[in-house]
Amino acid sequence: MSYKKRLDGRDFEEPRPMEAKVGIIPRADGSAMFKIGDTIAYAAVYGPRNLHPRFLQDPTKGILRVNYNMMPFSGSGDRVRPGGSRRSKEIALVTEKALLPVLDLSDFPNAVVDVFIEFPQTDAGSRCAGISAAAMALADAGLAMKDLVSAVAVGKVDDRIVADLCYAEEAYEDGDVADIPMAYLPTLDRFTLLQMDGVVAKDDISKGLELGRKVCRQIAEVQKAALKNKYGAGVEKNDS
Amino acid sequence: MTAELRNHVLDFLEKGFRFDGRKPLDYRKITVDYGISKSAEGSARVKIGETEVLAGVKLSVEKPYPDRPDEGTIMVNAELLPLSSPEFESGPPGIQAVELARVVDRGIRESKAIDFKKLLIKKGEEAWIVNIDIITINDAGNLLDAASLAALAAIKDSKMPKYKDGVIDYKEKSKNTIPLEKEPIEVTVIKIGDHFIVDPLPEEEKVLDGRLTVASTKDGKICALQKGGLSPLTQEEIIKMIDIALDKTKDIRKAVGG
Repeated sequence: MSYKKRLDGRDFEEPRPMEAKVGIIPRADGSAMFKIGDTIAYAAVYGPRNLHPRFLQDPTKGILRVNYNMMPFSGSGDRVRPGGSRRSKEIALVTEKALLPVLDLSDFPNAVVDVFIEFPQTDAGSRCAGISAAAMALADAGLAMKDLVSAVAVGKVDDRIVADLCYAEEAYEDGDVADIPMAYLPTLDRFTLLQMDGVVAKDDISKGLELGRKVCRQIAEVQKAALKNKYGAGVEKNDS
Repeated sequence: MTAELRNHVLDFLEKGFRFDGRKPLDYRKITVDYGISKSAEGSARVKIGETEVLAGVKLSVEKPYPDRPDEGTIMVNAELLPLSSPEFESGPPGIQAVELARVVDRGIRESKAIDFKKLLIKKGEEAWIVNIDIITINDAGNLLDAASLAALAAIKDSKMPKYKDGVIDYKEKSKNTIPLEKEPIEVTVIKIGDHFIVDPLPEEEKVLDGRLTVASTKDGKICALQKGGLSPLTQEEIIKMIDIALDKTKDIRKAVGG
């Protein structure tokens, strides 16, 4: 048995169609939307701002605090109950670690940069879409960044390494499925998030990382285009 | 701070204007987009100026209440996301979110907008529950009106999923819609000093004296009221605020095509 054709007709190395927009939430200091297939992520950044409660403050630098949340109607099945789950807490944690390496918060002692990630609809790949949206929102907030952060899940469906699994592929029943979400710094060529569910050979990890780098660079182009669309390529367009 | 802001808002109103150039009874531009979430049975985005609110409907099947064995019902929940304003915090819904959800709920419930009897599947055992979740994306004032409009639009957008042998197939949507009999619209009128305004900005909400939300149906019947703010209102003021609300409702009704 083998996976000969993808369920949605894509090439094996092809991500789903993407859309990105920067500055979607005027009240926030920075914001962005990232859509990949039927997964839509909104991200808003507030801060650096005062951090309460005080015991969380770090006198040497600002901290990054990520909140990841699914809207109650964003699941394809039953209503998602509002309030954090263990899953959303863990994803917030790994998202924080995916984003923090590109930031320098040493100028903001005792302060917090809050990142809120929300999903109006999901179809797999939500943590990666959230990271891609959050990276644009951080740039929109004017925070100094060493690099962009782009994220995607690659995986193995039956015998094939594929990019950007949709939900139907995650639920593929005629063979084993492994899912490898990753976040990648496209210029520094480093990974800041790596997880996996499933069983694969070591060789598949190499192939997966290789494919992930390739797709993340495509995502980075979409992110950059969205940022340029708001700010323009030059200083003279900076007020748009 | 608030006293200064209040004087500033009043100075503008004395001259007949507001911070964004609107006259006291001008509403900002309203846009309604339907079907903004494929995961929901129905959904909508409402923008009033820069204010943006989403509403989504998920349908579930539950046992009817013992005192209403032949009816389904609605559940309205609102989340004032910290994503949408620097003033909202993470955590369980605060009192502002609870009030918002309850005022939207009353507008729909009391107008009998949805025929709850038509939501019944099997008497005393199974009925549809219409779960309406309201989510704020950007708070640029007047979340109450935006939320009620988004809830109504999401209900109108809804398609019932297939239901067979105790299992809901969310993937298979039927052609059936939620039995909507009426379309309640809510308009909030704000009193600041001697001035009445609609569609407030966040600055105006901070310094308001009185607030009256009026839900009404197309025939001009009032189906829910909610007074807010600390300032007592006279009977004349209440009637005037209702008149303003009913008048504005006509414009808003056009935005949802009702």
